[in-house]
Amino acid sequence: MDDKIRIGHGSGGSMMQTLIREVFIPAIGNPYLEAGGDAALLPFPEGALAFTTDTFVVNPLFFPGGDIGKLAVCGTLNDLAVVGAKPLYMSAAFLLEEGLDIRVLKMILASMAGEAEAAGVPVVAADTKVVEKAKADKVFIQMSGIGQVSSDKRHLSSMEKLVPGDVLIVNGSIGEHSVAVLAAREDTPLLCPAYSDCANLTGLIEEVWPFMSGIHAMRDLTRGGLATVCCEMASLRRLGIKLREEEIPVLPVTESFCELFGYEPYYLANEGKVILAVEKTMAQDVLKIWRAHPLGKQAAIIGEITDLSPDEVILHTRIGGKRRLIPLPGEQLPRIC
Amino acid sequence: MKIIDQFRHKELAASLVRQIHQEAKGDYTFMEVCGGHTMAIQQFGIPSLLPPGIRLLSGPGCPVCVTARNYVDEAILLAERTGVLLATYGDLLRVPGSKGSLEQSRAEGALVRVIYSPLDVLKLARENPHLQVIFLAIGFETTAPGNGIALMEAQNQGLKNFFMLSAQKVMPPAMQAVVQEGSGVQGFICPGHVSTITGSGIFEFLPRDYGIACVISGFEPVDLLLSILLLIRQINHSQPRIEVQYARAVKPEGNLKAQAVIDRAFDLTPSWWRGFGTISDSGLAPKPSLADWDAQRVFDIQFQEKEDEGLCRCADILRGSAKPFECPLFGLDCTPANPIGACMVSPEGACAASYKYQNYGR
Amino acid sequence: MCLSIPARIIRIDLPFAVVTAGGNEFRVGVHLLSKPEADEYVLVHAGFAIQKIDQAEAEQTLDLIREMGINLAKDKEYDENH
Repeated sequence: MDDKIRIGHGSGGSMMQTLIREVFIPAIGNPYLEAGGDAALLPFPEGALAFTTDTFVVNPLFFPGGDIGKLAVCGTLNDLAVVGAKPLYMSAAFLLEEGLDIRVLKMILASMAGEAEAAGVPVVAADTKVVEKAKADKVFIQMSGIGQVSSDKRHLSSMEKLVPGDVLIVNGSIGEHSVAVLAAREDTPLLCPAYSDCANLTGLIEEVWPFMSGIHAMRDLTRGGLATVCCEMASLRRLGIKLREEEIPVLPVTESFCELFGYEPYYLANEGKVILAVEKTMAQDVLKIWRAHPLGKQAAIIGEITDLSPDEVILHTRIGGKRRLIPLPGEQLPRIC
Repeated sequence: MKIIDQFRHKELAASLVRQIHQEAKGDYTFMEVCGGHTMAIQQFGIPSLLPPGIRLLSGPGCPVCVTARNYVDEAILLAERTGVLLATYGDLLRVPGSKGSLEQSRAEGALVRVIYSPLDVLKLARENPHLQVIFLAIGFETTAPGNGIALMEAQNQGLKNFFMLSAQKVMPPAMQAVVQEGSGVQGFICPGHVSTITGSGIFEFLPRDYGIACVISGFEPVDLLLSILLLIRQINHSQPRIEVQYARAVKPEGNLKAQAVIDRAFDLTPSWWRGFGTISDSGLAPKPSLADWDAQRVFDIQFQEKEDEGLCRCADILRGSAKPFECPLFGLDCTPANPIGACMVSPEGACAASYKYQNYGR
Repeated sequence: MCLSIPARIIRIDLPFAVVTAGGNEFRVGVHLLSKPEADEYVLVHAGFAIQKIDQAEAEQTLDLIREMGINLAKDKEYDENH
């Protein structure tokens, strides 16, 4: 077999069949996928169906703590987990650039397989297409995920139970994913010990299902970071949010990296962090449970929902001042000023 | 450095806030003239801690805010030529010219790269001998020495494809213009990192000729609060002078080696500032001996700078004669998501900073 | 204008130096410094070290706050660092 992806690998002919048989199936194969039909036939879950979709693009493809494959699977599982779903199935579509080294594809698929197997969630449908050189940047992965949501968890995505007094908890320090990815880029002349926090949070989240009646909101802190998610929560529910800067865990390496480039950790993406809004009376119990879990060791109470300044997210700074966090229009840019 | 952590110390900051409340009698108008100070003041939530009588203005210390739209227009025209690669600091990428920004040009196919250091630009030029690499050199005295090193390196290495389009400026003439405009500024929080290069002497004329209090400040919360306290004291005792609060980084004579680089690479020229028009001896341009690397000469660019038309009040705001909320566009047509004026585009511009700490500042 | 951060010099490789801040390591130009040495702290701006940070002066600035008659709140953290 060729060592590079050719246009023929996406054309539906024997080259593609070979690629599927020799590269995709050994990695992410399972009975559904191997049945080979145009669509997978799946039993319909009880309760509500959760359905998520995302496209994964990252530069560079491999970074400390993960790669695009791990990102894609974990991202999909996390999107399902935060709406209270038990993830059941995933689909994956690959857009490959002509000339991609097949070993790179194999590494990505192995990573995906590892996460999917550990989670017990198969990729039941897959597709691959190849575009000409320079029409795509190496690999794009499009994933969808299906899960099952029992009725006691349906309030999570609408956040209809969110009320002033609810306590905000995150499962650990923020900003590392962005820092690891930015630092890994060729044009960033930096040796940075940060690791992406990319992880499947399903297990961590399942630990707090017993507190479901008191958990009023759950979001994962991906693009846009903590600040953006809090702004969305405040705006959707027309409530205020108070955050305490001193309580928000940030690693020294992240803080330093941000200072160097003029970024703020509150706006950086995370791939293994979730924020919970929980009834005050249950907050300490939830915190304790999370801190006992490997993905929640640095869990912290970082603020609360308030009825003062509705729609606004106010950060109480380390020195006792106040400032407002607003959503950013686009990506942060490094600055010299 | 553990001792630097002390400058963020919660208790030290609280003591200074208490002291400020005790000693501030009446109204004070202070101005900071450094984008870094604008950001730091906002990020630490300092305005929310001060007594109501202290007015903190943001002056022309944001290089993006004071640079004319025309500079961006000319940069875009260069980018649209075949075989040109523009290298720019991130600060400039989204600044609107008359018809669009560098970011938009990039989306339309122009080669525009964000760099962090002028040394990156030399690398780009070496690695792309078939492209003309043009460095958009904005900044003040803090950045000028580094820009100068890159320029002289280009000459030393005989690079034929490195060019600098300078919009560099120096602070003191603009500070003088602020005072002469009658903005009511009683004291300056002087730029800390500019001063590490220039030393403290460049501000002498302010207390001497205009009776303005001056404190050269660091960037941590304790630095800024202490500087504000020192300004209050200078005014309370009617003893305006230059005080160096940021002594750990600012020597009275500054960095002589860096000053020598500026002297070797650049000439002082007239420069156009939004809000002030052309101010003599306020800009830095490559010396004639470096003409071959001066994009303005090589590409024969004549800047046509003028104030922006329409309702935008950036000019007044930069002069200190209006606050952001006094601009009819502020928060309505002009927001960080849809910025119209430079002061809103730049995260450290007065309007962007003000938008973020709205009710918690003044 | 002036996003600069303090960093410690790890080693000199004229006209560059490798510095570290918060665990991040990177190369900066030391063209603007007279005699940079390993272990010194410098301010880094746009890829250059622009000035050394004087620890003694930092101490003096903190002393100034004390001399003003402002009582430092009882602070274990501060004592532990000295």
